[in-house]
Parts: sequence; structure tokens; C-alpha cells
Amino acid sequence: MNRLAPPLSLLAFAVLLRGAAASDPVVHVLVQLPLLAVAGWWGARALELKTPAPLTALIVAISATAFWMLPRSIDAALETPWVDLAKFISIPALIGASLAAAWGQLHPILRGFVKAQSLSMLGVLGFLYTHAPVRICNSYLVSDQERLGLGFLYLCAALVVLWTLPVLTGRPLSLPVISISQKKSVRLV
Amino acid sequence: MRWSPPLVAAALGAAVFWQVTDGLRAITTEGARRLAVAEAPLPVPVVMLETMDTKQVPLTPQDGEVVLVEFIFTTCPVICQVAAIDFAALRDRLVAEGAQVRMISVSFDPERDDPEAMLAYGEGHGADGKVWTVARPAPADLPALLDTFGVTVIPDEWEGFEHNAAIHLIDPTGHFSAVFDTDAIGEAAEAVAERS
Repeated sequence: MNRLAPPLSLLAFAVLLRGAAASDPVVHVLVQLPLLAVAGWWGARALELKTPAPLTALIVAISATAFWMLPRSIDAALETPWVDLAKFISIPALIGASLAAAWGQLHPILRGFVKAQSLSMLGVLGFLYTHAPVRICNSYLVSDQERLGLGFLYLCAALVVLWTLPVLTGRPLSLPVISISQKKSVRLV
Repeated sequence: MRWSPPLVAAALGAAVFWQVTDGLRAITTEGARRLAVAEAPLPVPVVMLETMDTKQVPLTPQDGEVVLVEFIFTTCPVICQVAAIDFAALRDRLVAEGAQVRMISVSFDPERDDPEAMLAYGEGHGADGKVWTVARPAPADLPALLDTFGVTVIPDEWEGFEHNAAIHLIDPTGHFSAVFDTDAIGEAAEAVAERS
């Protein structure tokens, strides 16, 4: 149970951010949602989960991501309690844990493709949110929407650095989240 | 034939995405609201509004007329002011066409927008008090109104508000049945002509 303490604390922290997320889309989309995904990823790694169907798990994760990228899903999570609850369950389970259970087994080219797609998507979102002539979320101010757009660009830049550094230095980055042992595996059916 | 799990997952994912975007037609709450009322018009609450001339007028259409509503607050610095210019242009066009229509700029800030403030706003934009007037609901009626019309109002950093500004159409049967961008004058005028 000890191994699950860090991801569970992340989850608890994400729950505590509910108030801040309601007033600031940057906290909601760039802090709370990623925390939920990381909590799920870390939990799956701590339990050493591996899926026998990595491609299916990747598609599930991409579908769930597509759903949570919709502005109306973000509005709905703020307005409707059961959608909010679904957020706290689906992002850790369907995005974080699914990716973690599949990632090591995906073909390196596919992994690279997913990373490149994420970067280009963040770039598109950054452009869209800083230039949209309309309010995208009814729950947030236009000025906050523009801040969120810049946030997407900063995140994109940070991921570029994170993902290209190992290529340039020839050594994998060792982060605590990633370096947990993957030797034993539990089969998820 | 064997089911390929990745294909099933992709099909399910696509189906869910199709469902939650109303068939790829609405990715924002505002887009969804416009689709929803067009497909299932909503009855409008029967309320009286106090106008800039301190008269009481019904929100719901009378005698086969169409009512167009926009939500404003008179101290609005930008959006409402621009929207009011378009609302005036729409009024000119509808009057020229002889449409049976009433237009109301409804304040969602009835505490601050007294008749005096509404009159100043109305005169500033050429509201005549007959075809087009500025009015406020009783504070107790406001939540139901905003809820029916799907208007979300949130305070901004300068003691004003941000809100989804639009032109809302109430058809002669008293149903809220269409939403237009504040500058979609042509579309709104055609919709009024179709319904009256």
C-alpha cells in the first residue's frame, strides 16, 4: 500500500484544487488534469501493471484525451457534479494508467509518433486559445483563455526540451516517476 | 470473424466523440446551447420587466409578435456597446420590413441598472422605448431567465461581467427557439420574417 501513497496524494491534491480550477482555466487544464493523469500513470507503475493489449490501451487513452480536450467537457465538469466525478475517475484510469500499462510495450516509432502528435496538438491549442475571436469556455474569462493558450505553448516547449535532451546527451533522463522498476508484471485482462 | 480489440476501441472512442459533440457540430457549451434550442424550443418564463420608462412589460410575445432579447449590463465597456450598435441596425432593418417584433435589451445587473441608467444606455444607442427598449427583471426572476436562455455571467477583473452575448429569439408561441451572434443581423432578420 505504501507504494500507492505518492500517487494517491497526487490524486488528493488534485481534488483540493477544485476551487482554484473553477476560477482559473490554467489551474484546471494545465495543473489539475495533468496531475490526475500523472497520478494514474504513477499508480499503474507502482502496481507494475502491464496490459496484454497495449495498442487498445493507447487508443482508449487517446479517446479519453480527445473527450477531455473539448471545451464543453471542461464547462460540464464545472457545472455538473457527475461529470466532475467522471473526470476524477476517467483521467487517472483511462489516460494515466492505460498509457503506463501500455507505454513500454509500444513500438518506439509509435511512441515517437504519439509524442510528436502531442507537441503539434499543444502548438495548435496554443494558437487557437490565444487567437480565438470568441469565448471558448462559458465558465472562464477571455483574458484567462489567452493565458491558457500561452500555457499550452510553454508546456509544449518544456516537453520539447524534456524529450530531446536524452537524444542530445545520449543518456535517458531519470525521473522518479519513470524509473520505478518494471521487472515484474501483473497481467491486466 | 474475430473482433480486433484496437479497432473496437477506436470505433467506440469515435462513437463517444460523435455523441458528445452532437455529431461533430458543437465542441463548445455555447455551440451546444444553440443546437439544443433550435431542435427543442424552450418555453420562456412568464415574467414582467421594468423598462427604462419605468413601465412594466411582459417578456413573452403578445398578439403574434416575435420578441428578440439580448442580455446586457449598462456599465459594460465593450461587448454590449458593440452589440447595441448591431441591435440598432437590426431594429432599423426590421422596422423597414414592417416586421411585428419587439426588441428588449435585458439587464442582468438589476441592482445597479435602475431606470435612469437604462434610459441613458437606451438613449445613447437609439432605443425608442417602443420597438426597442431596455429593461430589467425583478432580481428574483433573474436566475430562471439566465438558466432558460443559457446565459453564463461571471464577474471580471474590473467589477463588470463577462457573458456569452447573443441575440435570442422568442417565437409567437412563447418559445425560445433560436440564438444568433450579435452581429448576425441578416440571419436574425430572416428568422423573424419566417416566424411572423
